[in-house]
Amino acid sequence: MSTVLLLAITGLGLGALYFLVASGLSLIYGLMGVLNFAHGAFLMFGGYAGYEVSRLIGATTWPGFAVGALAGVLTGAAIAALTELLLVRRLYERHIEQVLVTVGLALALGALASGVWGTDAIIITGPDWMSEVTVILGARVPNNRFLAIIAAVAVLAGIVLFLKFTRYGLIIRAGVENRSMVTALGIDVRKSFTLVFAVGGAAAGLGGVLASQYYTIVSPHLGPSLLIFAFIVTVIGGLGSLTGAAIASVLVAMLQQFVNYYVFGLGEFAVVLALALVLLIRPRGLMGRVAA
Amino acid sequence: MSPELILSVRNLSASIAGQQVVEDVSLDVPATGVTALLGRNGVGKTSTIKAILGLIPRRGEILLDGVGIDREPTHRIVQRGVGYVPEDREVFAGLTVAENLKLAQRGPDAHWDVVETLFPDLVQRSAQLAGTLSGGQQQMVSLARALLNPNRLLLVDEPTKGLAPKIVGEVADALVRAAELAPILLVEQNLAVVRALARDVVVVSGGRVVHTGPAAEFLDDPDLVRRHLGVHGDAPESAAAGAVPDGAHPTEAPA
Repeated sequence: MSTVLLLAITGLGLGALYFLVASGLSLIYGLMGVLNFAHGAFLMFGGYAGYEVSRLIGATTWPGFAVGALAGVLTGAAIAALTELLLVRRLYERHIEQVLVTVGLALALGALASGVWGTDAIIITGPDWMSEVTVILGARVPNNRFLAIIAAVAVLAGIVLFLKFTRYGLIIRAGVENRSMVTALGIDVRKSFTLVFAVGGAAAGLGGVLASQYYTIVSPHLGPSLLIFAFIVTVIGGLGSLTGAAIASVLVAMLQQFVNYYVFGLGEFAVVLALALVLLIRPRGLMGRVAA
Repeated sequence: MSPELILSVRNLSASIAGQQVVEDVSLDVPATGVTALLGRNGVGKTSTIKAILGLIPRRGEILLDGVGIDREPTHRIVQRGVGYVPEDREVFAGLTVAENLKLAQRGPDAHWDVVETLFPDLVQRSAQLAGTLSGGQQQMVSLARALLNPNRLLLVDEPTKGLAPKIVGEVADALVRAAELAPILLVEQNLAVVRALARDVVVVSGGRVVHTGPAAEFLDDPDLVRRHLGVHGDAPESAAAGAVPDGAHPTEAPA
């Protein structure tokens, strides 16, 4: 029982990290039709920014962690907004070029990170509570999993409230359905594009800080490895669906954790198999719309 | 440009995915009343409307009230006071009726009273998702989005397409009222509706304008109608008998 509970909670924690990356990917694809391969780099730089800032203030203190997390969020948002403004804005409706540019940017930012921080992983420390465990029904659950879960729920709630109750949220929801009709109502939808990139980058930046606590390292490989699963989550959840991304994040992470434990470490294989099954049986994903 | 024109289009060409869909179209829309843009299926009527609005790549000169808009993006053209009712309604299915309208509101001086008077059913259904409405109700949402704002010109594309005769009458009623508020360039296949609403017609064939003139004159000439539209002028009218309100007639809006 305690093993199942441990796997479930750590699975939720991993799902939380996937969601922090996938939420931005899903929104960006949903509104702009851009498959952003540089999204993992936003996460990676968020992780490095969090590491540097928290180190200045005190990596093992809560203020150090909090300010580091804020730095991660702002770094992710800033890099994402600049990416949209300087690169992607010129390439809307040009999908091949988008892929080439975002893949190129991901490689360049990865090389930049390697140049600045080295190719070896840097060990991350945080407040003592993070490395401690909480015992729940006999399961010894690392505390950083709870933090990831709380952060992902807060991000999900924040994005949902933003989409539901703000003018920009309304524009984004409408734009995900029919972008050209939004412009035909007199709305400059491009302003929303930058905002969505920034929001997605902020979530990824926070994901980078929490992932570095989760894995206790930050490295140039942190972004690409999580990005692969975030793409899988986004496809399984349904491209453009935030709710789908949230559900798929939990399902994929749970599947991965349980299969890894019970079936000889085949969790990643199971996830890819699940992706193949979804694409065969329900190509639009769990919550995706039928293509017009 | 003549002062009584709200829209003047000269040598407009447009393409979609490299294929020419509008070729050297020139037309004028008077500053009052309804001008119908007619033609057989696939001749480029919808593409002409979209090209005017900048929704597809285009070349040529487009003057709105004497000001060139052919280099402006769609949202700027709309902000200049161009309302658009697209073919197939294009309501936002995942948004409520109220959200569809709120999104369309361009400024503080919105005509909520007009919307409430013309479409009382929408007020009742404000919290309903637009995607769950009937086709007729969705058309009302689409019209309401355009009529909500003060417009200098309305571009209305096939507003009665696929609607039941009773709903066609309601849409025609709404367009009569709309024409009192702003001039309309109307794409419409139902010639009974055209006869009831339009003062002038512009007929397109093969992407080009082949006839312009008073609507009644065109519709009363069976040879002309058959040659340009491929139908008898009275055939669609009889099919839609009862679908157009008695009071509807070519509108003469105040200048």
